Amino acid sequence: MSLKDELSRIHDDGLKAIQNATDIKTIRENIKVKLLGKKGPITKALRGIKDLSVDERPKVGSYANKIRDDIQTALDAKISELEAKKLNKQLAAEKIDVTLPGTPVAKGHPHVIQSIIDEITDLFLGMGYEVLSGPEVEEDKYNFEMMNLPKNHPARDMQDTFYITDEILMRTQTSPMQARTLEKHDFSQGPLKMISPGVVYRRDTDDQTHSHQFHQVEGMVVAENITMSDLKGTLELLTHELFGQKFNVRLRPSYFPFTEPSVEADITCFNCMGKGCNVCKGSGWIEVLGAGMIHPNVLRNAGVDPEKYTGFAFGLGPDRLAMLKYGVTDIRDFYLNDVRFLSQFN
Amino acid sequence: MLVSYKWLKEYLDLSVPVDQLAEKIERTAVEVDGVVRPDAGLKKIVVGKILSMENHPDSDHLHVCQVDIGEDEPAQIVCGAPNVAVGKKVIVAEHGARIANNEKIKRSKMRGVVSNGMLCGLDEIGIDKNVVPKEWSNGIYFLPDDAKVGDDVYSYIGMDDELIDLDVTPNRGDMLSMYGTAHELAAIYDLPLNLDHPDLTENGTKRTSELINATVDDQIAPNFNVRVLTNVKVQSSPLWLQIRLWNAGIKPINNVVDATNYIMLKYGQPMHAYDYDKLSGHQLVVRQAKAGEQLKTLNENDNELVADDIVVADADKPVALAGVMGGFDSQVTNDTTTIVLESATFDSVKVRKTAQRHLIHTDASQRFERGVDHASVREALDAAAEIIAKDGNAEVQSEIVTASDDHLEPTVVRTSASRINQVLGTSLTTDEISSIFERLGFKVAEFNGDYTVTVPVRRWDIHIPADLFEEVARIYGYDNIPSTLPLSRTTVGRLTEKQSLIRKTRAVLEGAGLTHAISYSLTSADKAASFMMRDSVATELSFPMSSDHTTLRMNLLSGLLTDVAYNQARSVNNVALYEQGRVFYKDADDQVRPTEVEHVAGTITGSLTADAWDHRATEPDFYQVKGIADLLLAELNVAGDVEYQATDQYPDMHPGRTANVYVHGHLVGFVGQIHPNIAKQYKIKPTYGFEFDLQKLIDMPKQDQQAKVISKYPSVSRDIAMLVDKTVTNHQIVEVIKKRGGAFLTNVHLFDIFEGKGIPAGKKSVAYSLTYQNKHDTMVDDDVNKAFEKVTKALQDEFNVTIR
Repeated sequence: MSLKDELSRIHDDGLKAIQNATDIKTIRENIKVKLLGKKGPITKALRGIKDLSVDERPKVGSYANKIRDDIQTALDAKISELEAKKLNKQLAAEKIDVTLPGTPVAKGHPHVIQSIIDEITDLFLGMGYEVLSGPEVEEDKYNFEMMNLPKNHPARDMQDTFYITDEILMRTQTSPMQARTLEKHDFSQGPLKMISPGVVYRRDTDDQTHSHQFHQVEGMVVAENITMSDLKGTLELLTHELFGQKFNVRLRPSYFPFTEPSVEADITCFNCMGKGCNVCKGSGWIEVLGAGMIHPNVLRNAGVDPEKYTGFAFGLGPDRLAMLKYGVTDIRDFYLNDVRFLSQFN
Repeated sequence: MLVSYKWLKEYLDLSVPVDQLAEKIERTAVEVDGVVRPDAGLKKIVVGKILSMENHPDSDHLHVCQVDIGEDEPAQIVCGAPNVAVGKKVIVAEHGARIANNEKIKRSKMRGVVSNGMLCGLDEIGIDKNVVPKEWSNGIYFLPDDAKVGDDVYSYIGMDDELIDLDVTPNRGDMLSMYGTAHELAAIYDLPLNLDHPDLTENGTKRTSELINATVDDQIAPNFNVRVLTNVKVQSSPLWLQIRLWNAGIKPINNVVDATNYIMLKYGQPMHAYDYDKLSGHQLVVRQAKAGEQLKTLNENDNELVADDIVVADADKPVALAGVMGGFDSQVTNDTTTIVLESATFDSVKVRKTAQRHLIHTDASQRFERGVDHASVREALDAAAEIIAKDGNAEVQSEIVTASDDHLEPTVVRTSASRINQVLGTSLTTDEISSIFERLGFKVAEFNGDYTVTVPVRRWDIHIPADLFEEVARIYGYDNIPSTLPLSRTTVGRLTEKQSLIRKTRAVLEGAGLTHAISYSLTSADKAASFMMRDSVATELSFPMSSDHTTLRMNLLSGLLTDVAYNQARSVNNVALYEQGRVFYKDADDQVRPTEVEHVAGTITGSLTADAWDHRATEPDFYQVKGIADLLLAELNVAGDVEYQATDQYPDMHPGRTANVYVHGHLVGFVGQIHPNIAKQYKIKPTYGFEFDLQKLIDMPKQDQQAKVISKYPSVSRDIAMLVDKTVTNHQIVEVIKKRGGAFLTNVHLFDIFEGKGIPAGKKSVAYSLTYQNKHDTMVDDDVNKAFEKVTKALQDEFNVTIR
């Protein structure tokens, strides 16, 4: 048998063996070593080339190389095939029920009122307002007198007050921050633009819609030429940013001793989107905040010239907004801290 | 105030649908609480005439009536009312009718006798029981004799009206009257007004001043006027007047009282009528009360007066709480023949205080508190006298006795068109502005845009230019004002460092599994003073509402424990909460305001995560809350070593499981287990918590955030396990290791601690992993071994440990 025939036989037998192999170990340890090893037939055959004629040598040599490559390729392919098979089997065995619940991760929740306050705060920060906080235990002077509510003013009855002494009280509103800020502001450094979120207190019996402790966000802009239309635009912007473009604002005349003109702002009812329902008592509007042009007495009381400077102020209640926005029906839920209630909000 | 649309239409030619009117009022003047249609929901309620009646065969009080309701055959209706009588025109709810409260009336049998409907009293068809006149309170109502049989009843008793419920703000007391509201609507709709004025005939023979003497303290009553009417026949008022009253929510009483109430509704001027013969000395005196004086008021309350109260008195005794409520003994009764009619104004603050003190809030006090029109006090008196003279056949004696009159003048306010436009952001012309003032009934003088506006006395709320701006804004319409944003120098809007750190605190704690709670700052005296980190005097309310909320908190933990208790009482056992808020400290009793300090506290009870198929819930322990505290301190970036020192200084904390936390030697808070006794008091399961003075953490210097080069050279670690006395703390061991660890020791990590089986009593086994690294070179084993030996030796020397 010629060397070439010998190689052909090795080739055919080898490929057949590879084809029939069923495990990688056999291929590697038996077939590969047997065929391509140093003692294998190809090596042996190649060694026999030297016995051939000079003419035949390159032909047979390249033929031998080809056979070796074919076998190598077949080996590799078989090994890949078997590896893939093995992996697929393993993966199939590893299959899990992906519908089982995930491992619990400890997660706290923000308080929904805090979230609303943060949202409002961020909006006004973006418009260049500063954020200020004032004392919760306040002087009568700031809470009332400087806000144009002298002693015996009937509007004091609108806000039943927790007094600590005759002159010290739990602030009933965040409005004293108007007086405190106006008193300090240096208008040569630019306009006064601030919001002041915080806790306020009223001498109310706690029930579904009343809480002796709740929150307010005060807002105020004072400079030369601040107008009622600026107030309107600002409140519209606030509404659109906080609730969406579908919500409209309606301003109505109202009365606060520290603003003149005074308005109340209603927004489109959350429940019926303005059609009229029992939440909005059929009007399609929900009252959300009080506002107005700062009363000249308030400016004057704080040493600001009301002829030169004008300003607007507004006060809104995050508790009420949260109740409306999230359909909370009992204000006490915000302060009882039932984790089942709190963890509904993210 | 309930405003009758029908009544209103007598004064101005309004035809808009009532809902539109209400919306307009709301957008332009005052809030509208709603529109009431008294006949809403009612059906098939008609005028009937009782043709005949028989006793019910099986009842001692029921009657079987044949009632003409305008149909071919009379309807047979069984009626149990005591006043049912043949010939009367009555209210019939037919078969298929809807009466009050949406109740349906059906043909039925009453004790065997067919009844084709129901004869009704006023309250049964929806008129509030509280305003139904006494004579009709127990029985069916008789309609006027000329009522047409078969007609709907509504128009006969004023139920076809529409009532607008105004919620009048304190500044708009002028709108607590029909005339005030009519003035307002005339301005809003730019309509002419058609008010009527009294045309009183003084048909008596005497001068009022011969009959009565009035003296007043004009600080209390700036206006005080009386008339005397004699030969008054006290009886029921005519139906039209009764209807006006009950539609306004006022119960008709008799023609004298009704006339005063009617005039109050019309002019906004509260009035009072006294029985002349009950007034000792035939005189009225307006004065402060004398302490201890007694007055029984119309509501039949006996009031003991204080010197600050204001009264109208006769020669001997108070006969009315001035501006609030009349006295019981001098009231007009059916036997009264001579009356004194009073029309006055009283000081709003004094009325308010008096009303508050005696908890008597009336239509009168409400109006005096908000002010009344000083210009129409006497007209109102005449108008009331005119009605009583007519309906009571009375003689009006000549002249008014006026004890005080402040002759209030119209207010003059100056402003300019440019100022108005500047404040409102509008560009109104002088014509537009002038027209608004004129519509309001203000006298206007304008020259080159400068305005002099004369405001009538009936608008006593207007004093300053800003008041006029509001009038212009609302009549022009807030909808018509442009929307702009403030244009001014750019300002920087950013959170302060404190605000940022407070936000970060919240984010960190929420990330660690705690939920944000907001508890009450006002708490009980006990809770306020628990878990105190420092000495402080408590800040207390002078008049608390309940013992649960008397004192300002000086800690946050007690509030959180209250929350935990609330949850556990509802079987919510895994509760992890934090609160960030203020506590209130006072160094001494005489400190005016407490110092408000930002704190943060947290509590964990039960497991942070619920039990799950692949995860067991774990009980909380000290180290869990300590871990959270560590995390918070690290995230807040405070510079300085953090140290935990065991403490038993907090009576409310577990004495063996509590540590004070120091940063760079400063006490900033504590962590630990809530004392089992306290947990028992709160009825809660074992709970761990921490509280920090957040303000201190905020104020502390912060670490620079600078990148450090990560060493290219590998680190080497060595483990050491040893037996040591139980009393030796981790802190002590770590300190020694660090001190003796050499220059290349970069980390000491406790990886095991064990006591019990196989460990001698009084000992524990602890194991640390020490990491060495040279930033500039590869560590050589030899160096590491040498350093490690030093540590081992030091531990043996210091704590007599046995290396394992």
